[in-house]
Amino acid sequence: MSRDPRVLTLALVAVGGAAGASARRAVGGALPGLWGTLAANVSGSLLLGVLLYEALRTDRMGDRTRTLLATGVLSSYTTYSTFMVETARAEPVVGVAYLLASYGLGIAAALVGRDLAARVDPRADREVRV
Amino acid sequence: MSSATAAALGAAFDTTALGGVLQSTALGVALQTAGLSAVPDPALVAVGGAVGAVARYLLGSAVDRESFPLGTLTVNVLGSFLLGLLVFHPVGGDALLLVGTGACGAFTTFSSFSVATVQLWDRGDRGRAVAFVAGNTLIAGGAVGLAAVLVGAV
Repeated sequence: MSRDPRVLTLALVAVGGAAGASARRAVGGALPGLWGTLAANVSGSLLLGVLLYEALRTDRMGDRTRTLLATGVLSSYTTYSTFMVETARAEPVVGVAYLLASYGLGIAAALVGRDLAARVDPRADREVRV
Repeated sequence: MSSATAAALGAAFDTTALGGVLQSTALGVALQTAGLSAVPDPALVAVGGAVGAVARYLLGSAVDRESFPLGTLTVNVLGSFLLGLLVFHPVGGDALLLVGTGACGAFTTFSSFSVATVQLWDRGDRGRAVAFVAGNTLIAGGAVGLAAVLVGAV
């Protein structure tokens, strides 16, 4: 393992990115069409909400773990580009419904994640970046 | 995509300087695709995902601001534009797995978009939260539309 913390960070992001993109493809294979992207984006928003608000409140998760799981896996597991291209290519009514459902469910999932993390440890005096 | 198809697609853009750029891009992607066919699909997605995530980390952390998640907005707009080019100027399945599903998919992020919106709202920056959601939607949506226009898909 490299002693350069920057190289280690990039390696963690790369490994996490490979895992996250592969997991998204697996979800897409199980749920065809728009449903696969929606499922990945909503479940990823929930998990990232738990993880980042948990990190916000406790010291239990180190910087490396957070880099691997948040910046690497969960950010790569979800996708905005596929969501936006799918929205643009869908029939107008379907596209608007897909956009509103993705935003509504994605942000609601992040809120649920935040509240789950608060339940684990209700301190709120720490700050981390997304 | 066969190289003959790529050449035919490229020839359609011959009349402008932009067409020349797109033609060389199309041929480049076609050539890459020919070499990619021996690589298993899961490996293409994983390698693309690793590259996309590292690019998001480097670019995103360079332009992000304490006051506004400009990094997430930037990667979502750029990645949507690039994926639009790939999808509307149809490239082969292997290149789409590597660059589309893998790299563009991992470069852009919906989870950071959701959580950053909640964090802006929670700390009282409600105007910025709304601007962030609207900015992602309108600018990334516009970028996809621009990609469609550039490759002549509309």
